[in-house]
Amino acid sequence: MKITREEVLHCAELACLRLREEEIEGLRQDMERLLSQAERLGQLSLDDVPPWVQGLPVDPGLRPDRVQSTFSQAEALGNAPESAQGHFVVPRVL
Amino acid sequence: MQPLPWEAARPGLDAGDLAPEALLRMAREHLEREEPTLGALQQLLPEGGGAWARAAHRRLRAGERGGLLGLPFVVKDNFALAGHPMGCGSRILEGYRPPFTATVVGRLLEAGAVPIASARMDEFAMGSSGEYCAGGATRNPWDPSRVPGGSSSGPAVAVAADYVPFALGSDTGGSVRLPAGFCGVSGLRPTFGVLSRWGIAAMASSLDQAGPIARSAVLLAEALHAMAGRDSLDILSVDLPRRDALKDLGPARLRGLRVGLPKEYLGPGVHPGIRERVQEAMSSLAGEGADIVELSLPSTEFSIETYYLLCTSEVSSNMSRYDGMRFGRRVGGEGPRSVAAHTRDAGFGAEVKRRILLGSFCLSRGYYDAFYLRAQKARTLIRQDFDRALRIVDVLAGPISPTPPFRLGEKTRDPLEMYLADIFTVGPALAGLPCVSLPAGLADGLPVGLQFIARSLEDVFLLELAHAFQQITSHHKLRPGGAS
Repeated sequence: MKITREEVLHCAELACLRLREEEIEGLRQDMERLLSQAERLGQLSLDDVPPWVQGLPVDPGLRPDRVQSTFSQAEALGNAPESAQGHFVVPRVL
Repeated sequence: MQPLPWEAARPGLDAGDLAPEALLRMAREHLEREEPTLGALQQLLPEGGGAWARAAHRRLRAGERGGLLGLPFVVKDNFALAGHPMGCGSRILEGYRPPFTATVVGRLLEAGAVPIASARMDEFAMGSSGEYCAGGATRNPWDPSRVPGGSSSGPAVAVAADYVPFALGSDTGGSVRLPAGFCGVSGLRPTFGVLSRWGIAAMASSLDQAGPIARSAVLLAEALHAMAGRDSLDILSVDLPRRDALKDLGPARLRGLRVGLPKEYLGPGVHPGIRERVQEAMSSLAGEGADIVELSLPSTEFSIETYYLLCTSEVSSNMSRYDGMRFGRRVGGEGPRSVAAHTRDAGFGAEVKRRILLGSFCLSRGYYDAFYLRAQKARTLIRQDFDRALRIVDVLAGPISPTPPFRLGEKTRDPLEMYLADIFTVGPALAGLPCVSLPAGLADGLPVGLQFIARSLEDVFLLELAHAFQQITSHHKLRPGGAS
């Protein structure tokens, strides 16, 4: 399977990942190798096989609704790179 | 390396001859000597955990005994402990201190165990060698030129080098069992759902499980007893049947036990010394009356591809939260998208980027069916394959890795080579089954790990079997440098 430089950059854009020029070709080769290897799964007869949904051995059911306190505003903001007046400060959007 | 007498710690604490504070001092002095060589720890907790040790001492004085009370441990750096740094082996979480404690960590603290440090790991648990850590690579105490295995590299080394009697790791595709195997200690991955994932930094949520590492199955059982049980904060958590039997763990009855040995687990790619140790282990079990049944587990052949397609897809989704807006570091740029992209470039290492890209590709329009959906179907086949085998036998056995621990730098250039180190560990993880890695002796002077895989929710039986194996062998007592 061929992976182009453009496909790598497209995935990086989707994933909001800035790549440095010197990384791109190596990552392209890695993706090509791993995806080519993964094409082996195409040899399996999978038409009548349902996809995996979740792995629990028993149905855990739902927990009861319970009113409880969670983090305070100060705790929630405690790790913010920047905050002001009880809010997260983010880069200007508009 | 002078080992600390951890086997004597429990009786010493219970008899009142040892205080938790004294154990902590001994551990601290020992690890300070070894750390410059091994690099297993990320950060010591304040006073090296002294406040927890004093609390444990008070409980001992009040008459409490047994279990984990007063025993020191280290925690992989992807578990939250309120108010303490949690770095996940990454630069992107620099300065992050979670305001909450992971459920399983909280339960260990309730049991009176004493955390002394966070332990190094491959970045966000992505790695099989312990080399992808922003804080630096961890080294194998059996041979510091070799890797300890990953991603729970620090926890495994902390136990193997006798810093602590047990450690807490996490296992997504083998990250407890592989380093346990490479370092000559025991490691458990419970049935998916038995341990709450709440407070563990998510990597691949359908696979992530916490797991203890210790020298003996008995101590793994104590840790599992303390941590297991449903948690309302993790919807995919369940109660463990026969949990009470983990206290005072008894050995499984080996006579008549059917042990399956898949032929794919001893194929031509397996190091001859590892094959010999596994066969010796089977002979030991047979000598006690177990029936060794050769069978086939054909899904082994496509488990690695299935694993890395699904794992990277989930990674690409889970890693999207690291955008420099609400926590962690932020690197400048114009506008939120540019800030996130710069932050992620500066914060993530090579393997994390590789997995995010591959996962984004698998989930992208036009490729979803051919990769992600196909892998989800292959995962169903893998589970069916294990179910079929475990209807014929009571437990499956095989090596934990096809090779002994490799040298630092040996596999970092080729991601596929690195992923193949997990060929025997990803299958049961994809199937959600409980599995344990136990020391099985040495090959070329390096530890060999033996894996047992049991049916879903038969974790207690699995540890009883592990205990029985450790009663008829002494590999788990071997230490680096030949001491036992």
